[in-house]
Amino acid sequence: MKPIAAVNDFVVKFANVNGSGSASANELFARAILRMGVPVSPRNIFPSNIQGLPTWYEVRVNERGWLGRRGGVDLMVAMNPQTWDADIAEIEPGGYLFYDNSKPLPSSKFREDITVIGMPLTQICNSTYSDPRQRQLFKNIIYLGALSMLLGMEQEAVAQLIGEQYKGKEKLLQPNLHALGLGRDYAEAHLTHPPIGLRVRRADNVGDRIFVDGNSAAALGCVYGGATVCAWYPITPSSSVAEAFQKYCGKYRADEAEGNRYAIIQAEDELASIGMCVGAGWNGARAFTATSGPGISLMTEFIGLAYFAEIPVTIIDVQRGGPSTGMPTRTQQADVIACAYASHGDTKHVLLLPEDPKECFEHAAAALDLADRLQTPVFVLTDLDIGMNQRLCEPLQWDDARTYDRGKVMTREMLDAGTTFGRYLDVDGDGIPYRTYPGTHPSKGGYFTRGTTKNAYASYSEAGADYTYNVQRLLRKLETAKQLVPQPVVRHAAHRTKVGVLYYGSTAPAMAEAVAELEEGSILIDTMRLRAFPFPDSVADFIQDHEQVFIVEQNRDGQMRTLLVNELGIDPARLMAILHYDGTPITARYITAEIGERIRAMNIEPLRKDKVA
Amino acid sequence: MTYIAKPKLHHPTLPRNQVGFTRRDYEGRISTLCAGCGHDSISAAIIQACWEMDIEPHRVAKLSGIGCSSKTPDYFLGNSHGFNTVHGRMPSVLTGANLANRDLLYLGVSGDGDSASIGLGQFAHGMRRGVNMVYVLENNGVYGLTKGQFSATADEGSRSKRGVVNMDAPIDTVSLALIMGATFVARGFSGDKGQLVPLIKAAINHRGAAFIDVISPCVAFNNHAGSTKSYDYVREHNDAVNRIDFIALRPEVTADTGVAEVVEIEQHDGTVLHLRRIDPDHDPTDKIAAMNYVQRHQAKGEIVTGLLYADPHARDLHEHLSTVQRPLNQLGESELCPGAAALARFNASLR
Repeated sequence: MKPIAAVNDFVVKFANVNGSGSASANELFARAILRMGVPVSPRNIFPSNIQGLPTWYEVRVNERGWLGRRGGVDLMVAMNPQTWDADIAEIEPGGYLFYDNSKPLPSSKFREDITVIGMPLTQICNSTYSDPRQRQLFKNIIYLGALSMLLGMEQEAVAQLIGEQYKGKEKLLQPNLHALGLGRDYAEAHLTHPPIGLRVRRADNVGDRIFVDGNSAAALGCVYGGATVCAWYPITPSSSVAEAFQKYCGKYRADEAEGNRYAIIQAEDELASIGMCVGAGWNGARAFTATSGPGISLMTEFIGLAYFAEIPVTIIDVQRGGPSTGMPTRTQQADVIACAYASHGDTKHVLLLPEDPKECFEHAAAALDLADRLQTPVFVLTDLDIGMNQRLCEPLQWDDARTYDRGKVMTREMLDAGTTFGRYLDVDGDGIPYRTYPGTHPSKGGYFTRGTTKNAYASYSEAGADYTYNVQRLLRKLETAKQLVPQPVVRHAAHRTKVGVLYYGSTAPAMAEAVAELEEGSILIDTMRLRAFPFPDSVADFIQDHEQVFIVEQNRDGQMRTLLVNELGIDPARLMAILHYDGTPITARYITAEIGERIRAMNIEPLRKDKVA
Repeated sequence: MTYIAKPKLHHPTLPRNQVGFTRRDYEGRISTLCAGCGHDSISAAIIQACWEMDIEPHRVAKLSGIGCSSKTPDYFLGNSHGFNTVHGRMPSVLTGANLANRDLLYLGVSGDGDSASIGLGQFAHGMRRGVNMVYVLENNGVYGLTKGQFSATADEGSRSKRGVVNMDAPIDTVSLALIMGATFVARGFSGDKGQLVPLIKAAINHRGAAFIDVISPCVAFNNHAGSTKSYDYVREHNDAVNRIDFIALRPEVTADTGVAEVVEIEQHDGTVLHLRRIDPDHDPTDKIAAMNYVQRHQAKGEIVTGLLYADPHARDLHEHLSTVQRPLNQLGESELCPGAAALARFNASLR
């Protein structure tokens, strides 16, 4: 088997033991390649565990900038005996295995069709360090040094990053640089003659893009968007949203003398966290919570009340696999229906669907505006793949001229001027009533907030006509929302085509690559990236304009497809689902194969590039 | 109960308080509860306390859960904003509301089903966080709106109207509030307004989690012989530990009790509670003593009423969080948004 030869286009996977300190060394590896101007997209594949279970870090190096997961592994850094067999099996034919050969392994443990690179990492550590913890931690930096040499990476890039990481901590800097040198020197002396076929070569394809995880970006979006109250309950993969919010508030909103311009409560459960957000929203503060599927389940009663009582609240749902533990540390887009229709009674909610950290930032800030404008719960539906992995994305932007849209709030002055106040009265025809903040006026504008038993003036009423007026108005409000939410992004193929593909969220990078791959196979497709629910009219138009429409999702049941069929009255036969739901992020390879196969099965003849369909 | 609208007109010579309101201005809609319901007496006590304390009605936020008790905020302080929230979840909504605007007075009204059964968790956590609030639990030992099921505060051995005997141990919300860290804990009786009004006033003056459990007989489902929350039973077993005579700086309110020792407890805002101690054994600033006292008397079948515990040095949630004095809901872009320049620096740190 001929060894794989690739420059700036390969996948490295690190197989580690959770809690062994590998994460920071692995991240340094990815960032050093970025510093060389070559795009990378790393993904954590981790267990529900703190120490001892297997964990992986998969880095895709791709000069063209494809950021989706590719699938397959070209170089396996096998540091975990527990997963050895599976890790070896995953290597592509012609690929490479880097491992610790301090202890000899029988030849049956290897494969013939791969290049095996052994390095006595444990021996080097044991002879250099006496402290067991140091032996463990520096092993990671030593393999980083060796890999950087093996792949021909610029040594300054790695050393510079370590320098930045330990800036002001000289005691840590020198030992780390020393360990890096140990690995590099060993590799140079023993492993690079001849060099392996995988190379990183300086390029200029990173530009001014930033490398950030979606949860941090969403948290910063909440800071910029003016959230002052955050109530949350720890749940993977969303906890780091609240933790990052805490960190950024400490940086941007803390004032020793005046006090903090934020309040964060780690609640006793999700019932309480959403309750606090609803209370704060009712009282005129911008509030958000971050959670995942099981949290949404617990919150649904409150979400229904907030919908009917018309209280702004922002919910960031970092989606994951189903209940309990295990799949919850894997990614899915499986809360779509649960969020869109959350709660009892006739409810529908606004969902925003960010594709990457940049949109996590933008949608979080937009959600706070929309929640106030529409006086309703607004969900930001991200997922573990975007939320907990660092992703290369465009720099975050903010216009200093931007003001917060606080929606329709009736002030003391307006009440004094004699403006009619009906808390649930549609005065503008857009379904959105005015509200007053508690404490506004000594004799006007006060009201008792309830669920549904009320009339347009917020007085107690069980009359059917009052109820239907109210819920019909809520539907009008949802119509208004269609124009206010982020609109879908359409990409047309170079030539007219009958095939359209709908997708959303973290599927975006894999989809972009799949489109290019399909075009190389002469299959032209138009795409529409959904960015919100309720669906703007352009979504139905897109489906209407194409003979065959695919919807690509990361769940078992085609939840967005259900929503499209249900809300737009689409003939289900018109929407073919491409579904990926094993907990790993969807790949371009998968999408290309699925769409390609189905198009061939439908006997749609691939187009020559010069021919118009 | 009645559907007759309350007349808005009132006599022009009705006395006004220092902020210019008559007592009628503190009323709400006409109650839809049963005639003789203890809850209506509590509403009247809240009205009286707020009027006498010169509190502007619109500066009060009323929050409740679900149940008979939670309907009552509609029947007092009609100009205040109120929120009939989710069953058992009033404490979280109140907490969030309080975070948004620390300048209002937060009055939480709940029942025994609401706080001791479905909402026991939120009740406990609300107390331990030190949310600045007055939490009134209208305790009748029974589910009224769903017609007479036992609640978790029903005493062991008490008999329902249908003859069922409760075998479960009762939850004593006063003991629980003490354990969970409430900094003001009292128990009143809806049939003793003279004691209840000063308790509510003292709770309003307290900065921190102030809890008042008010035994409030349910005339429809829990006022029969065999009930331990009936008017007759409570009157017979009431053991008043003390009487708050007046709060300094405020008009004096006297209660009709015998002569006793006066204790002064200085509150956070400088006001002083003047407590007429009926039982010389109880020191209301001693939390451990309060727990012992409650338990000792409960074991004898006595219902202890009065101010059981007040921490003069209590700190509230905003102090724990070091939030700004200005209400969070009044902060705008300039206070909240770090701006484009900071974002450019943030971007630069991620390359």
